[in-house]
Amino acid sequence: MINITTSDNKGTYKQPNIFGYYGNFGGAYIPEMLHRNVEELRNNYLNMMYDTAFQKEFNDLLRDYVGRPTPLYLAKRLSNLHNTNVYLKREDLNHTGAHKINNTVGQILLAQRLGKKRIIAETGAGQHGVATATVCALKGVECVVYMGEKDIERQAPNVARMKMLGAKIVPATSGSKTLKDATNEAIRAWINDPLDTHYIIGSVVGPHPYPDMVARFQSIISAEARWQLKEKTGSELPTHVVACVGGGSNAAGMFYNYLDELSVELVAVEAAGMGIKSGYSAATTQLGKPGILHGSKSLVMQTADGQVVEPHSISAGLDYPGVGPLHAHLFESGRGKFLSATDDESLRAAFELAKLEGIIPALESAHALAALHQMKFKPSDVVVVCLSGRGDKDLATYMKAMHIEE
Amino acid sequence: MNRLEALFTRKKERVLNVYCTAGYPQLNSTVRVMKALQENGADLIEVGMPYSDPLADGPVIQASGSKALENGMSIDVLFQQLKNFRKEIYVPVILMGYMNPVLQFGFEKFCQYCADAPVDGLILPDLPEHEFESEYGAIIRRYGLNFIFLVTPETSEERTKKLDSLSTGFLYAVSSSSITGSDKDFLPVEAYLDKLRKLQLKNPVLVGFGIKDKHTFDTACKHANGAIIGSAYIKALENTANLGGATKSFLDSILK
Ligand SMILES: Cc1ncc(COP(=O)(O)O)c(C=O)c1O
Repeated sequence: MINITTSDNKGTYKQPNIFGYYGNFGGAYIPEMLHRNVEELRNNYLNMMYDTAFQKEFNDLLRDYVGRPTPLYLAKRLSNLHNTNVYLKREDLNHTGAHKINNTVGQILLAQRLGKKRIIAETGAGQHGVATATVCALKGVECVVYMGEKDIERQAPNVARMKMLGAKIVPATSGSKTLKDATNEAIRAWINDPLDTHYIIGSVVGPHPYPDMVARFQSIISAEARWQLKEKTGSELPTHVVACVGGGSNAAGMFYNYLDELSVELVAVEAAGMGIKSGYSAATTQLGKPGILHGSKSLVMQTADGQVVEPHSISAGLDYPGVGPLHAHLFESGRGKFLSATDDESLRAAFELAKLEGIIPALESAHALAALHQMKFKPSDVVVVCLSGRGDKDLATYMKAMHIEE
Repeated sequence: MNRLEALFTRKKERVLNVYCTAGYPQLNSTVRVMKALQENGADLIEVGMPYSDPLADGPVIQASGSKALENGMSIDVLFQQLKNFRKEIYVPVILMGYMNPVLQFGFEKFCQYCADAPVDGLILPDLPEHEFESEYGAIIRRYGLNFIFLVTPETSEERTKKLDSLSTGFLYAVSSSSITGSDKDFLPVEAYLDKLRKLQLKNPVLVGFGIKDKHTFDTACKHANGAIIGSAYIKALENTANLGGATKSFLDSILK
């Protein structure tokens, strides 16, 4: 059973304190209109998700529907390039093409147990929207997805998929018209319809208990990686794990079961956009200050007046001015190492993986691959990269960038 | 006794609180708008500090906030505008806003500037009661400011009592669980307000969200000490060159 920590401690990496804090970050900064919903979730999520029947249904779906375990693949030619051992955790092979579905399967089961009849979600790249629309179709539940107008344009294939799956898509037209604004709209929609609606947040962001809940659902990534690595190398522990960070859910899942293994270096890769100092970036830990966004205290990109800044990344899934409170804590405490990759570096890394391994990665995941070039490895190192998604949705962007390769 | 407490000692019925956005419609119209509200029957004024991501606000107030930010509004600028404003504005004034800009300004510095202006109270809808009790409440009290919590029909009785006990000045009853400016049906609200009345709360209750005309104002006032008008007034200021005239005809339509 889960051991809830007391209120006066600061939480651990794996478990925020009862108010949802990881160190100095987290909490639930929500208007009263959301209190009941969030409180209901907070009071129930741990008991519900660790209930035996829940775990069986969750694990059965992950196996038979999502296709887990996902392979841990030793990428030989990529390893040669970096003169070390690079393993790819193939979340791109999940049903719907990214890690996002680990979380939506979990949350739809929770929503059903909470008696909710309707699901809302926000989406950036559309992967979380597709993963939500998918589980809603699976369970026959109404689904509304909020998506920034700009993302609707640049992620057209995912918009079509969501529609085919029966979801209603509502464009977010305020602000930068990307993930941040879609999240605002989803939260407002939840305020307007609190009783029978559950909000499936797509990353380790939002008010407590969302960051913890989503991290737990995604922790399957590193739970599998441990035994898979043991089979392949004789040890459960790599020297490095690397993941891209938008809100931080694939990274949270990839890190989770290594958080307490201090010999494992946790590398989080943010989107530098056109360069950290260019004014067109989404590298939150580099550019952000402590603040409050979407219901939790974390690092937030903002002006000196506390207005949230419109970020930039070529990758819609990383185009977010915040980061989950767990990651802010990993950054502040030094437990995590935070790197960033530019738009161009990531495009190059995507083409590189395609040519070397026959795998077209999502633009988000390409950021994690790009960061390998910034790191120094020993030949004996074991590096696990979370390949969070596949690149089908990004083909239009890749085709425009073909010249990079020529 | 501060202005807010004095107001509710003097007036227990049909208290009209009107919301305006600082820096809207023009950067420098903030105090002019307040003056027009005071002259035309507003008993107290709630000044919204614009924020890029106002989660609890509907499209009308959001748009006014975006406009105000474009105009150059910030907490710094607002306090500059409020220097000497008490020469003209004698009704109670509360500031409403979101935590992030206040934290960047510096929470204690913010309270100090409020006390110096002086404004009378604060509404920060995304400041949770746990953080209020453990950290921020003491600072707010030290500067003699009132703090107003929101309650909704979904707030349990026990929690309503708790939020009432933490609030000073008045308690803000959100008429339905919704963002500002929604046009949900007003009827179920009456039963809710009567339920609130039976709880014998320590604070007067003002009803907000969805009050848009004489009918909804009168109805709210039958069941509570008064009401708060936001989006409907902001709408009345859209596309007008004559702030005074627009404010007068809007408030006349509510009060006369
Ligand atoms: C493939 C992929 N990777 C990563 C992300 C970023 O999200 P997170 O940081 O929560 O993993 C997204 C988001 O859309 C995604 O689609």
